[in-house]
Amino acid sequence: MSPITGDAPHLELDRVTQSFGSVIALNKISFGVRLGEVHCLLGDNGAGKSTLIKILSGVYPPSSGEIRIDGKPAVFGSPRDALDRGIATVFQDLATVPLMSITRNFFMGREKTMWGGPFRRLDWTHMNAVARKELAEMGIDIRDPRQTVGTLSGGERQCLAIARAVHFGAKILILDEPTSALGVHQASVVLRIIARARSRGLGVIFITHNVHHAFPVADRFTLLNRGKSLGTFAKRDVTVGSITEMMAGGKELVDLEAELRSAALN
Amino acid sequence: MAAADLPPCPLAGAMSDDSTTAEQAKTDERVKSISTWRLLLGRPELGAVAGTVLIFVFFLASAGDSGMFSAKGMITFLDVAAQVGILAAAASLLMIAGEFDLSIGSMIGFAGIVIAIPAVEWGWPLWTCILLAFAVASVVGLANGVITVKTGLPSFIVTLASLFILRGLTLALTRALTKLTVVSGLGDLAKEDWLATIFTGHLFKDVFRWMGDLGWIQLRTDGAPLAAGVPISIGWWLLLTAVATWILMQTRFGNWIFSAGGDPVAARNVGVPVAYVKVVLFVMASCSATLLATIQVLDAGSADTLRGAAKEFEAIIAVVIGGTLLTGGYGSAIGAAFGALIFGTVQVGIFYTGVDTDWFKVFMGGMVLVAVLFNTYVRRKAANAR
Repeated sequence: MSPITGDAPHLELDRVTQSFGSVIALNKISFGVRLGEVHCLLGDNGAGKSTLIKILSGVYPPSSGEIRIDGKPAVFGSPRDALDRGIATVFQDLATVPLMSITRNFFMGREKTMWGGPFRRLDWTHMNAVARKELAEMGIDIRDPRQTVGTLSGGERQCLAIARAVHFGAKILILDEPTSALGVHQASVVLRIIARARSRGLGVIFITHNVHHAFPVADRFTLLNRGKSLGTFAKRDVTVGSITEMMAGGKELVDLEAELRSAALN
Repeated sequence: MAAADLPPCPLAGAMSDDSTTAEQAKTDERVKSISTWRLLLGRPELGAVAGTVLIFVFFLASAGDSGMFSAKGMITFLDVAAQVGILAAAASLLMIAGEFDLSIGSMIGFAGIVIAIPAVEWGWPLWTCILLAFAVASVVGLANGVITVKTGLPSFIVTLASLFILRGLTLALTRALTKLTVVSGLGDLAKEDWLATIFTGHLFKDVFRWMGDLGWIQLRTDGAPLAAGVPISIGWWLLLTAVATWILMQTRFGNWIFSAGGDPVAARNVGVPVAYVKVVLFVMASCSATLLATIQVLDAGSADTLRGAAKEFEAIIAVVIGGTLLTGGYGSAIGAAFGALIFGTVQVGIFYTGVDTDWFKVFMGGMVLVAVLFNTYVRRKAANAR
């Protein structure tokens, strides 16, 4: 286990604990995310990933422990609160509205208006141009920003949500299983966008149960198992194999492999 | 899976396999002409507009010489359409936001007696009674909205309860206070009241008189035109449709309405005040019912406790024919106006064709089914066109 070194983290969790009745969903989780890094949170089902996302995105506060931004304690009352502090969460499947246009989705909740008083209205020209430009910068070429999001592929929808968060000044991007519902090609598009967000100086928290998806872009890994942290590791210290082994199910997979091999031999 | 160290310039290539970045910059113009057609196809009101054209062609062919399309005849079916359309404009916004209001029909009856009883029985000035009715409607809408968003119950159930409560209150209060079920005697009061003038009478009377003088429209025996002017209900209908469309297409609130109905969780996640949006729209729905009640009560000179029964379904029919999705997130106020126009045209037109008017509801039910099937088909086409 290597200690966290280097720059001070922008977002920091200090012994964050969450319990629901007698169930301890998260037990003293501590880690930090720096700007310009992709921090991968790995955990199997029931490891506490969803709970952690909800705490980080402001859906509810932790039972105990502290979240710090730039070293100062932060309390989020709502998702909007977290958003205003630069913490943007992209929920899998719950980030965009398929029947609304790309522009309407891009500016959802932060629409740009022009003129004043009773004539105050949406500035469509500006909004369409910005949506198109921001997506183009992320490497997504759209035909028309007025087309519905339903016409985009799953990967493009994730990219739209990420581009939106970047445009509205997110410093930390939390991605909930951004690639797990996607095919190989679509997933690679999303991974490119993540790398691009990192190169623009954002800190990315990449939450997944599948190390193969995260390994190519992640800089550091925090492993969760049944609500506890198994520690934070730099990429140079680990391999896909060693991480898989550490995670719950790692041993099971090795056992399964051996079992299958012996079965094949027989 | 992509490699860890990406090439420095991995632009667009991944998205479209056949074109380079330079080419893509130029393709905009070429694509525009296609997308205008696709955008048109994607408009929710397309079905209702096409339906309106079909209905008009049908009635022009079958009842064209019967007086249905004289000034008087057109005013008649437009007035019926307006009564539904006033409700449908507000109902369409609420349905796009993913909620129903079944209580608007009962609200019409309730608002009617809230105006009539203080004005006739207690001698209040009429304008205070009208303002009171709108205040009461706001409270009812607020209650519908707050209960729906706080409990998370389907608005169908919540407003079904208010449908019964309001209708029952209307009857019980009227009987307790007047011993009757109809309160009359408002006609003369309306003529003298300053606020009542925007809810009664006709627009463009001079234009109609002038057209009568020129012999363009039919005259009565005393020389006045048979149709005195455009009933004020039609003016309100068009105004409300315009305002609702403006809200949907040109305001932030409009974007919130779409997102609240399309995916409330996604909307909340990016900071859209979904609960606030829905409550405001419930209040608007109740107030639109009160507007219609005011127009009806002042026009008839009396308030009937049964007024507005089943109006909520007529409004929903108009909204659905107009292309609005029952599940929310998609629709248009213009479509709802066309839905109301179809409703009014068919209801009045059947009489002119000589067919037994008992068949009207059968026809309307069929229309709703056809409209929903058509709209589902078009929307699937539009949403998946790539």
